[in-house]
Amino acid sequence: MASTPIIELEEVTRIYPLASGDVVALDHVTLSIAEGEFVAIMGPSGSGKSTLLNQIGCLDVPTSGWLRIAGKEVGMLSDHDLTDLRLRTLGYIFQRFNLVPLLTAYENVEFPYLMMHRRNDTTGRVGQLLASFGIDEALAAHRPAELSGGQQQRVAIARALVNDPPILICDEPTGNLDTKTGTQIMETLADLNRRGRTIVIVTHDPTVATYADRTITIRDGRAS
Amino acid sequence: MRQGGIVFQLAVRSIRLNLLRSLLAALGIVIGVIAIAAMGMMGANMTLTVKDQMSEMGNVLVVTHDAGTSGGGSSGGAGGMGGGPPGMSSGSSEDDEDDNFISESQFKAIRNAVGSNGTVYTVHSLSDEFSSGTRDGRATVFGLDPDVIPEVLALSDGSYPRGDSGALVGAALAERFNLTLGSRLSLGDEDEGTHTVRVVGIVEERGMSFDLSTDMAVILPDESYTSFYGDEKEYDQVNVVLEDVDSADATSTSITEKLNARKTQVRVSDASRMLETITSTIGTMTTFVMAIAGISLLVAAVSIFNVMMMSVTERVREIGIMRSLGTQRPEILKMFLYESAILGFTGSLIGAACSFGIGYLVVVSLLGSADHFFEFQSLVYLPAAMLVGTAICILSGLYPSWRAANLDPIEALRAE
Repeated sequence: MASTPIIELEEVTRIYPLASGDVVALDHVTLSIAEGEFVAIMGPSGSGKSTLLNQIGCLDVPTSGWLRIAGKEVGMLSDHDLTDLRLRTLGYIFQRFNLVPLLTAYENVEFPYLMMHRRNDTTGRVGQLLASFGIDEALAAHRPAELSGGQQQRVAIARALVNDPPILICDEPTGNLDTKTGTQIMETLADLNRRGRTIVIVTHDPTVATYADRTITIRDGRAS
Repeated sequence: MRQGGIVFQLAVRSIRLNLLRSLLAALGIVIGVIAIAAMGMMGANMTLTVKDQMSEMGNVLVVTHDAGTSGGGSSGGAGGMGGGPPGMSSGSSEDDEDDNFISESQFKAIRNAVGSNGTVYTVHSLSDEFSSGTRDGRATVFGLDPDVIPEVLALSDGSYPRGDSGALVGAALAERFNLTLGSRLSLGDEDEGTHTVRVVGIVEERGMSFDLSTDMAVILPDESYTSFYGDEKEYDQVNVVLEDVDSADATSTSITEKLNARKTQVRVSDASRMLETITSTIGTMTTFVMAIAGISLLVAAVSIFNVMMMSVTERVREIGIMRSLGTQRPEILKMFLYESAILGFTGSLIGAACSFGIGYLVVVSLLGSADHFFEFQSLVYLPAAMLVGTAICILSGLYPSWRAANLDPIEALRAE
């Protein structure tokens, strides 16, 4: 397994200023995740694991400290560059699938591709990806509301992979699925990891964490 | 489907999802566009109709006596509608002042100045009572050179007067007093003596006119006029009919230079001044009415704004998803601007289509004719109103779209 760090946090602190006083969601967190690693982040509710995931996922920037994703200093990036980093480097898989309801399954997968390539997919990649996750052409023409939870999550995984990002960020990917479907999704993620993708997964579920090479526990904003 | 294509598709689908709400918002734009387009077309048609009537007189100059009080430019004293030449209003020449006329020598000088550029003829005019059978009335009486009458007046019936008992009457006068060929008219009142003439011809309707308003007038040959009213060799006005419209300015200048060199004696008026005044009056009126119609568009803009704010609020989560996937702010901005632009364009298009019919009805009912409806100056209000409608919608969508584009992705993702 490669050991170059693809995700590096150094003394990352995230403070949410509130009227009732500042809330320290992340408190000087230092960690590093190597390329090709499968890391689980665990911790009780309100421990700061979502905040950590948002930092790694480049949806937010640290209040202080340094955060490097794929060699880029996130705190220094403009909104445009941060958005571009998300588009090219990160794939997201959410607990609630988060497909765009007005787009068909196919269009949902195509969407990030269009945003990145600014032209139609002529390589057939979108269709192939969907097919590899068991979503055939007929099913791909449906809107998300007409698909089962498992199908929606598979569409979401296809969408996360369409731009071939090196890092996958998963936020409770099995939380809204039954055990059997959840296991299938985890097998899929494990398979993707075996083929070299770095996977960071936030979960409550200890069985999910067993798929990971390493577990990082967050408590009161501190990593251990 | 291109990148822009999918963003556009999202806008279209969002409208379809809330079709009724979107239609109602667009309805406001429809009404607004109809209002301004119809009013604009009405104004344009009024202007065109007036221009039409006036342009027939573009080659006519009217020379009247000027006491010299107003400095005396070439056409500077025409003063538009109010201070026009005597022929304009039937009452003005009744109180004939002794020196308020153009003399024979002045007439000759005018004819000299015009030269071969056109026909110059004298006009006697006053307002007098008349009776026809049992009915009494008042009309302008013109005295014209019998040789000139056929050149300047067209008849709808009868023939030009020969001898001294024949008279022509205007179409409107004939209609109102039931005058037909052969009717007898007694001019003047019984105390001062009357003069009876026979109607030999009806003058074709001339509409608004500034050289000779014959519609409500009696026209006599000079000889017949002067034998009854006197004033031989003293004319109320001199009309110049030019061969070429373009020589109007030059001729006007040449007349004033000749006659007003030492002392202002005459005033030369042409139709353009009057036209300018009327056109600008109509223009002001149209602008005012259109501004009122514009208020309806403003109300529509508020409703578009409201619908767009609702659309943004409902789709906050979707915006969060798209932003997290790497969609740039401008794409989100575009998505909502497309939505308001589609609403505006569709509303404006329907509005313009309706305006075509409604505008036609307004013009026909107010002006009585749609002669100019299909002309450029009139129909241009359709695309113009459409443009304004669409632009207003896009403007209304600017703030909501800007808000959508600047949402924090994390906050947006958290929304239900």
